[in-house]
Amino acid sequence: MQNNILVIHPKDNVAVAVATIEAGALLVGGGVAGVHAVEVIPPHHKVALAAMAAGAPVIKYGETIARAKTDIAAGAWVHTHNLKGGEQQ
Amino acid sequence: MEMRRTENATGFMGYQRENGTWGVRNHVVVISSVNCANGVVQAIGRALPAVKVITHTEGCGRAIDDGAIAWRTLTGLGRHPNVSAVLVVGLGCESIKGDALADHIRAGGPPAEHLGIQAAGGSVRATAAGIAIARRMLEQAATLQRSPCAWDALTVGLECGGSDALSGITANRLVGAVADWLVGRGATVMLSETTEMIGTEHILCQRAADAALGERIVAQIKEQRRKTEQYMGERAGLVISPGNMDGGLSNITEKSLGCIVKGGTSPIRELVAYGAAPSKKGLVLMDTPGSDIFSITGMAAGGAQIMLFTTGRGTPAGFPTVPVVKIATNSRMYEAMADDMDVNAGTLAQGTNLDGARDELLALIREVAGGRNTRAEINGQEMVAIHTTGPAF
Repeated sequence: MQNNILVIHPKDNVAVAVATIEAGALLVGGGVAGVHAVEVIPPHHKVALAAMAAGAPVIKYGETIARAKTDIAAGAWVHTHNLKGGEQQ
Repeated sequence: MEMRRTENATGFMGYQRENGTWGVRNHVVVISSVNCANGVVQAIGRALPAVKVITHTEGCGRAIDDGAIAWRTLTGLGRHPNVSAVLVVGLGCESIKGDALADHIRAGGPPAEHLGIQAAGGSVRATAAGIAIARRMLEQAATLQRSPCAWDALTVGLECGGSDALSGITANRLVGAVADWLVGRGATVMLSETTEMIGTEHILCQRAADAALGERIVAQIKEQRRKTEQYMGERAGLVISPGNMDGGLSNITEKSLGCIVKGGTSPIRELVAYGAAPSKKGLVLMDTPGSDIFSITGMAAGGAQIMLFTTGRGTPAGFPTVPVVKIATNSRMYEAMADDMDVNAGTLAQGTNLDGARDELLALIREVAGGRNTRAEINGQEMVAIHTTGPAF
């Protein structure tokens, strides 16, 4: 099956959609198993690889890029609507 | 691929300069010392299309600090290894005196002459005189031949503009691999755009060759953060363009991580001011804004002979005296703006081999260094912007 996501770093909990991912599609790539997109993921946008509680760190490139503003389901679209904070140090 | 690796190992064909530097181009450049001289400079350029012109908004009416930045930048652009000869056109009453600029360029670089508009009797006479001088320079430049040159004579400036979420996983990752290879062979690679290091201070600090440099890097990025918040207020943490957000980037930290990956993994040897030449080889940082044309102009003034420019949304940007290699982060834009793109890194998103892509890009860099024109050069895309930060008076 063709990859529809790219996982940049082993520590990441979000992946990048290679192209538009339809709601319900299985995420394929980076060794991810059993996660389906719960909504449409626009091309090159982030999709959650696991459920995150509000306040949890969102990790990409192996680093925290932001925190979840609300609970985020596995397979959910991750962007400015559900993220807060520029970075954590 | 084996042949490519062997060829890549041997360096490139460049123009040897008297000051020991090597150029990948052999341009005759007409530069205004002050914005009032821009019209004459442009007229000379129209009469002689082979000449490269550099016009700008500086040279007078600025505070001392900005005058120093413009002086340093114009000097660097004039002394550039890609430049065969320089004609400085001044007015006569400007702060950055044209004759002083020409003298300073000549002292550390190519032959340079000066033409003052007031002394010449106005724009029409100055244009005629300038055309004659520039034509003579072109005839002289035509006699210079290329000769074999090692990679350690090359300084490559890195730029990302119109980034998208793929920038950090395709094109910038590819450029990072190339950066590591070039640094391994003694070349210099410039990573800039301080705005786009915000949020990665701790990472870059660890990469510095010594602790004092690490502290300076952190301090510079923190200062940039402070300036950003001063001007942008509480939205500073989300200071990225609408195009960036539509493309999938959520904040500056995410964008910054994707940006700095293009510098590769080498230790950082030096941090230089905008438009200043590094004194060390290897990976160096230059303090420039994230805004593309300002950043390229600064790195060109610092001596970068080639730019590697990654873009997700697509930009035709180029520079008069420095070839800009345009690398698309995604295949969709590469095809949509094919006339402006040199490399498609978009296939890396499907997991194609990074080492192979690196060798292909190195082969292209070798060709560009040896005279192959990039799309931006073919299309005549030449932009200059000097990053002064204060008001005009």
